[in-house]
Amino acid sequence: MQPNVNVISLVSVGRHPQSGRARRAEQDGRAVELGLKLAGKNLTVVHAGNPQEPVLRQYAGMGLSSLTVLEQAQGCDALPALVSFLTENSVNIVLTGVRSENGESSGMLPYLLADQLNWPLVPRVADIVSVSAESAEVLLALPRGQRRSVIVTLPFIASVDNAAQEARQTAFGPGLRADFHVLAMDTVVDEAAHQWKITAAKPRPKRLKVVKAKTAADRMKAATAKPVGSGGKIMKNETPEEKAKAIFDLLLEEKVVR
Amino acid sequence: MMLDWLVPTLISVLLVLAGIGAVRRMNMWRAGQAEKVDMLAGLLAMPKRYLHDLHHVVDRDKYISRTHVATGGGFVLAMVLVVFVHLFGVDSKILAWALLAALVMMFCGALFVYKRRINPPSRLSKGPWMRLPKSLLTFSITFFVLTLPAAGVLPEGFGGWLLTLVLSVLILMSLSEMLFGMTWGGPMKHAFAGALHLAFHRRPERFGGGRSTGLKPVDFGDGVSVKEVLGVAKPTDFKWNQLLGFDACVQCGRCEAVCPAFAAGQPLNPKKLIQDMVVGFAGGTDENYAGSPYPGIDLGHAKGAPNQIITDGLIHPDTLWSCTTCRACVEECPMMIEHVDAIVDMRRFLTLEKGSTPNKGAQVLENIIATDNPNGYAPASRTHWAADQNLPVMKDVKQADVLFWVSDGAFDMRSQRILRAFVKLMKAANVDVAILGDEELDSGDVARRLGDDATFQSLAKRNLATLSTYQFNKIVTTDPHAFHCLKNEYGDFGSDALQNVEVLHHTTFLNRLVKDGLLQLEPFKGGKVTYHDPCYLGRYNGEYEAPRELLASLGIDVAEMERSKFRSRCCGGGGGAPITDIPGERRIADMRMEDVVSTGASMVAVGCQQCTAMLEGVVEPRPVVKDIAEILAGQLIEETH
Repeated sequence: MQPNVNVISLVSVGRHPQSGRARRAEQDGRAVELGLKLAGKNLTVVHAGNPQEPVLRQYAGMGLSSLTVLEQAQGCDALPALVSFLTENSVNIVLTGVRSENGESSGMLPYLLADQLNWPLVPRVADIVSVSAESAEVLLALPRGQRRSVIVTLPFIASVDNAAQEARQTAFGPGLRADFHVLAMDTVVDEAAHQWKITAAKPRPKRLKVVKAKTAADRMKAATAKPVGSGGKIMKNETPEEKAKAIFDLLLEEKVVR
Repeated sequence: MMLDWLVPTLISVLLVLAGIGAVRRMNMWRAGQAEKVDMLAGLLAMPKRYLHDLHHVVDRDKYISRTHVATGGGFVLAMVLVVFVHLFGVDSKILAWALLAALVMMFCGALFVYKRRINPPSRLSKGPWMRLPKSLLTFSITFFVLTLPAAGVLPEGFGGWLLTLVLSVLILMSLSEMLFGMTWGGPMKHAFAGALHLAFHRRPERFGGGRSTGLKPVDFGDGVSVKEVLGVAKPTDFKWNQLLGFDACVQCGRCEAVCPAFAAGQPLNPKKLIQDMVVGFAGGTDENYAGSPYPGIDLGHAKGAPNQIITDGLIHPDTLWSCTTCRACVEECPMMIEHVDAIVDMRRFLTLEKGSTPNKGAQVLENIIATDNPNGYAPASRTHWAADQNLPVMKDVKQADVLFWVSDGAFDMRSQRILRAFVKLMKAANVDVAILGDEELDSGDVARRLGDDATFQSLAKRNLATLSTYQFNKIVTTDPHAFHCLKNEYGDFGSDALQNVEVLHHTTFLNRLVKDGLLQLEPFKGGKVTYHDPCYLGRYNGEYEAPRELLASLGIDVAEMERSKFRSRCCGGGGGAPITDIPGERRIADMRMEDVVSTGASMVAVGCQQCTAMLEGVVEPRPVVKDIAEILAGQLIEETH
């Protein structure tokens, strides 16, 4: 699309929900797919971790000629390595999954990256429609298949939602042949995570469902709708000052601004 | 006579041209990959392979086999004698009379070739093939007249220079076809390439009544360097003797007549595929192809060259994915060409290099890689079907007489009914049986047929490692696909886990139990029953009798379908075809069910869970579909205590 726009997709080692085996993570695969759409052969794919991990070949098999690995031992924090890599290289768009399938899976990485780099974060992207020298038109994924179009100035970080284009099939041969650029980084052991004791999750008891809907359409709505917060108001025709005031009032009310 | 020199000159010039063509053609084959072949043994075995194995296949059509014996035998004999009598000028009445006799035989044969071509069936190629009987007749008549003086029937110099000139023109016409055309790509090419193909066949085990159906493994190298290309991308990526095999095709179209995908209107015609391979390694387009096209794809647009990627302009990938790997074409091919090997070789490139397995292919392969079963079920739920079966698991018992290979039918509710019926029979016969439980993995059949040999080999090696830790004498499975993998394909991976182990399909095993009197069965009193031969049990493994004997043991007189045993029509479920799901005009399963209905049967007995699924997918009303194990279990007389 825009050859002078540098796109980076961050990938992690996923975990299959049924077998627990390492795999190409669902959302990270989509981040690579979107990156390939935007940058084609110029896409840089970065993983922080073990360069010997066989799953990385599955990402490479999507048609990448090379893959960059920031070498880290088990239990290290990926964040500092990624921050220093991103600041050293001139990057315009960083694509990540919403949350990893392994480890903490807190979904915090894109937020922390954005915070440290002081870049905007665009959460849950369905597609990036166009990129120009300064900005990009991004489609956000909203519940029930809705989309919102926003213009974001470069550089930015986007987390890729499950609504984005599915990752293409990985091919075994090219995956084996891809070069790995392994970069040695100053690694920081994640002390906090070190202290944690990790156990298998117990299934939470399910709340009984009382079906109130009378029609099939209502049931469908109940099954698919995500809870929408009540309250709030839509302001379209007010002046910018009025809109800003309303937002400021809300922030005060929610105790975001004190 | 003034023109005495003309005939010998013509013959020698054409012989030299044929020689040049032969070298040129051989160089085209040699552009393929190296493959070790015992050349001398092959050449020595060739006459027997031709006269016995090839003739055996041709003889399924008596008309053409007799015609071919007369024409081909007459021609070869006549050509050798022509060289002696007319080129070297050997003056012998005996030779001349022998030549006359050979030519008469050839003439008779050629008349029948001519008759066949008056109103040829659609499977036969037209174009230059229509001219062939005329060339054969011209050859025999011309040399007959030419030989009469040598035999002393006519005086030397009879007819003068005019007759010599006329005969020379006819010699030029017929010998161009017979010698020049043989090595420069005419219809007679089949004789030259066919003879060498028989000598250097990639599966010599097939001759002399043997069977060789397992796919050849992809060589992934030593693990250090990665090969440049996996599978076949360009014609030159085939083994040289595969290229030679493509050249042997006579375009008789027997493959086309039996191909289920062609009949269903999917874009595949095995004959055209082989001709496209020839276009590929010889270069050119398919304009001169004079047979039926791929359904729905017009002729004249396919271009190929030895170093051009096949799926870029020569063959559409859908053609390759339409194949159900049923091997009907291979079984029927009088030249013993290996269509399925070629198709899977090219699929390997599409999957392993391009990552373009169509439709659900990618998802299925991903599931197999991550969960060892094609539908992505939790590996820990593999034995749930047997929760109430009280079956010993190998992990606990370590050894048993029979290892029951459950296969992925364990995850499918319909297939579980077959599994339970089989377990019930084994219990009734007090068989010492155990299963692998959750340690069993997918056999790799689907992955391999979809071209992912890396995943197949990984599964095969892991399965073999598991098997090698336990002791058992027999391994029995209800799934002919797993049966084929275990029996014919796992042997390539250097494990002795299956050494001295008998791999059996459940129908074979049950037949033994019945013969040994271990099962008490009451006669079947339902309606008419027919039997559908699964490809992977029949054509792949030659088991046609055990299922029929089992049905006979229930007093069932099988109402055979027109296409049964080695001619059985595929259900459409093999080779990953239901996964890649290439659209056609009809469904293969529907056509097979029509075969069933035409026998008037109210039930079709099957020996394969894939066939069961495909045939039961046909809309009702239709005959009932039951696995033989289910039918037997229904007739079992259970002892009451």
